[in-house]
Amino acid sequence: MAIFVDEHVCNRCGTAEEPMCVRDCPGDLMFIKANDKASITDNRECWDCAACVKVCPTQAIHMQLPTSLVVRGVTLKGRALKHKTTWSIRLRDGEEKTYETPSTGKPPFTPSL
Amino acid sequence: MTTVHAGRVELDCDLLIIGGGAAGCVAAVEAKELDPSLRVIVMEKAHVYRSGCLAAGISALNAYLTPGETAESFLRYAIRETVGVVRDDLTLSMAHELNAQVKRVEDWGLPIPRDEQGHPLKRGRASIKIFGERIKPILGKRAEASGAQILNRINATGLAMRDGRVVGAYGFGVRDGRFYEVRAKCVLIATGGAAGIYRPSNPGMAAHRMWYSPFNTGAGLAMGIRAGAEMTSFEFRFIPLRIKDAIAPTGEIAQWLGAKQINSLGEPYLEKYYEHLGGKRMLTQDRLYATLMECRAGRGPCYLDLRGVNPRKLDGTITSYLSMAPSAAMIMSDEAYYARAGGEMAPVEITGGEPHVVGGHGLSGFWIDEQRRTTLPGLWAAGDVAGGTPKKYASGAWAEAVIAIRDMVEQARARPAAVIEPEEAKTEEARVYAPADAPGGVPAREVEERLQKVMDEYAGGIGVQYGYAEGGLRLARLHLSRLAHELAALSAESPYELMHCHEVIDRVDVAETLVAHMTHRKETRWHCYQERLDFPERDDARYMLFVNSVKGPDGTIRVIERPIVRAEIDVVLPALEDGAMIRGARTRADDPS
Repeated sequence: MAIFVDEHVCNRCGTAEEPMCVRDCPGDLMFIKANDKASITDNRECWDCAACVKVCPTQAIHMQLPTSLVVRGVTLKGRALKHKTTWSIRLRDGEEKTYETPSTGKPPFTPSL
Repeated sequence: MTTVHAGRVELDCDLLIIGGGAAGCVAAVEAKELDPSLRVIVMEKAHVYRSGCLAAGISALNAYLTPGETAESFLRYAIRETVGVVRDDLTLSMAHELNAQVKRVEDWGLPIPRDEQGHPLKRGRASIKIFGERIKPILGKRAEASGAQILNRINATGLAMRDGRVVGAYGFGVRDGRFYEVRAKCVLIATGGAAGIYRPSNPGMAAHRMWYSPFNTGAGLAMGIRAGAEMTSFEFRFIPLRIKDAIAPTGEIAQWLGAKQINSLGEPYLEKYYEHLGGKRMLTQDRLYATLMECRAGRGPCYLDLRGVNPRKLDGTITSYLSMAPSAAMIMSDEAYYARAGGEMAPVEITGGEPHVVGGHGLSGFWIDEQRRTTLPGLWAAGDVAGGTPKKYASGAWAEAVIAIRDMVEQARARPAAVIEPEEAKTEEARVYAPADAPGGVPAREVEERLQKVMDEYAGGIGVQYGYAEGGLRLARLHLSRLAHELAALSAESPYELMHCHEVIDRVDVAETLVAHMTHRKETRWHCYQERLDFPERDDARYMLFVNSVKGPDGTIRVIERPIVRAEIDVVLPALEDGAMIRGARTRADDPS
């Protein structure tokens, strides 16, 4: 368990070109299936870097940790915006915690240091 | 399915940069800024936007001269940490470049918070805070915009040699299956270090939840070894002290929240071992070693103490982890949830990860001179693949890349176009695609598991708590040599599988050189990293030197000793008895009286 694609949401970036998750995965693990939806070749190979999670324009991808690390039911989503990345961690009771990280640009940076 | 072997591509350039990571991206920009007329090619295994060990991001730059620090003070710190075995010339020339390169990447868009005096926010003497979630896209896009030609999805396999000079490199397309022959006047190798040599911390589905990028498989090191380049200090393995399971850095919690390392009795233990040094001046490797000693004495597991920390303060830590190790943020978030639900913060368990061959943290890699030239004419090295300079990390990799490129640009201007021997190219092409002609052979994963099992059990992996001795090393050498049969039977049915085959071929070459170095240094200089159970003491009279090696055409590895050339600098090494103090503290603590 690592990367999951919601096939109802994935629109392969609305392009015939290379979708961004397929472009950015450092292990070359993402591919487009015959039904035009993104998928991961093998979750055993995943580094949990979340590059695909953040770059997905429709937030169709979320991350879970492998069961062998025993954090069941916690999921991570993110979205890379121009100057910041927004994150949402869903805890095991369903509560959502949101965070922001500055990503590009000059000070001042408002989010928590 | 793409044909595994689908034709060939020939390219020419002035400068070839192999590896589009931290060092490679900055190298490309520097080259095009120095001379826009130069044809520069970057050969990258993944895509420069998120490739290499910076894929997830980083939250600090750990090589920076904060106010009051100098190149000389940085060198003193490096010499102490590596107990004397350092290339002073390389460390000084890198340190002089650090701040300028950090400023440069900040100007490209990397957010660096600054204090009221305008200095980057300090985390340690040589460390500053950054918001580095997007650091790799920032570097990659700049490299793309530089005018260099970026060849993404090419797995480099070998150096092209002519009359003893490197004249380019070979590789194959991990998606298109094509064979690439790139001729170049000067070549920079910047492929990073090697993960996956040892059995990883986590099992099965979580095996790639490791410290270093599992996609950095030592390609550049292996290419250099096969071409006869001199390598240095592989025996200085880097083993991170990590938050267990998440394999996230401990410094984030230890430094920002002030959490101490405690044993299962709740006692801070670093002070105990290093009382005579004030507890805080412990070497990086000894923080790991002391943790191991506590566990062996029956006082484990060990933790970072979060008792008394306001769970709200954790949000800053979680934000930092999101920018570098997102799974750790998930785990911390979950812990904070439980803390709010009534309990106090659970202490965070810490443990050692798997050993890596990585020159940016340790000393291992190509033996280079001050211009970052390797011992092969025409080949330069920078970043994690280059040896002799510890503590360089990302910003040090930028510094090294820039130093190398300045020299390469000078040389390339004076050199004729490179010519590759067709016979050599043909031989390499046959070697690269051999697994494509072996249907029904051995899958790469099985050989990888065998390699990792041998290294873990006989050459000081996690399973044996990092220690090793000649008896085990002899078996490691034997079983690594027997792997040649399995490597010859590797099978690939797609270019992607072919990449996995070459990853394991490269890792075995790196492992053989590693074991040769481990065999030669018959002392214990760096606890855990280089822990000879049969020679447990440090021996300055015999081994205050570099252990280097060259692999000959017949496959034998010749070990060479190189002296340490100390800069004119006052430096106090850790006392010889420091290692003994750790063992002594264990004995005293175990004494019931």
